Amino acid sequence: MSYSDLERQWTARVRRRLVRLLPPERLLPDTQPTYVSSWIYVFGVTTMAALTVVIVSGCLLALRGPQWWHGSSVGLFVNSLHLWSVEIFFFSMVVHLWGKFFMAAWRGGRALTWMTGVVTFLTSIAAAFTGYLCQSNFDSQWISTQAKDGIDATGAGAYWNVLNMGQMLMWHIVLLPIAAVLLTALHVLLVRVKGVVPPFEEKSETSEVTA
Amino acid sequence: MLFTHLAALLPLNTLGHYLHWHFIDISVANFVVVVLMVVTFILALVLPFPGRRRRREHQ
Repeated sequence: MSYSDLERQWTARVRRRLVRLLPPERLLPDTQPTYVSSWIYVFGVTTMAALTVVIVSGCLLALRGPQWWHGSSVGLFVNSLHLWSVEIFFFSMVVHLWGKFFMAAWRGGRALTWMTGVVTFLTSIAAAFTGYLCQSNFDSQWISTQAKDGIDATGAGAYWNVLNMGQMLMWHIVLLPIAAVLLTALHVLLVRVKGVVPPFEEKSETSEVTA
Repeated sequence: MLFTHLAALLPLNTLGHYLHWHFIDISVANFVVVVLMVVTFILALVLPFPGRRRRREHQ
């Protein structure tokens, strides 16, 4: 097989396209523009750090089950860790959202970055709501019966039954976490491709600081 | 024992407290979280970021 034949392979073509779109120095940069030296830029990564704790604590809960997270002190601690990491996750994501909204972060061809953030936010809300249904206590029973009326009013109740514990658990621990993590990864990759949106008054600033 | 005394300061096993304003109903807990988010947002805008002045002097 000649060199030109190798270069025509789909793997080579995809590799060239990916490297052109996102060179390694842009995927893992050493520096960021000077305007990134502000506290308002830390809430995106805070959200991702909280998401990591959410996923790890959720995996621990899945390992041991409801009797453990309701009945033992370590289980209660991990249960609380899961709850409070979710609280920090949403807290940070909302401050991140406000910051990006007032920066009009969709400027400069970043509409897809903005929209992946929006869909990630909505997916996370669904993940949190199904989490309330999976506590396996009186609280989850109460919430599920109240939510049933709301979901039925939308017409989706026949397909998405919040009283069906098995279905809600699978959505909470499989489908929605996978969607949230994949969307977050796509969101970050798009930030790397397009760069961090500059403030309105500093469009021409080109100097950089260490990341 | 310490945790029992701390828990007594913030009793969570009671009915929630709610604020009512026209059509808006919000629990005090959620209202506190919203206020904290607004305060955090404002502080993030006005507080100086560590090392920013040093970098400017260096440049």
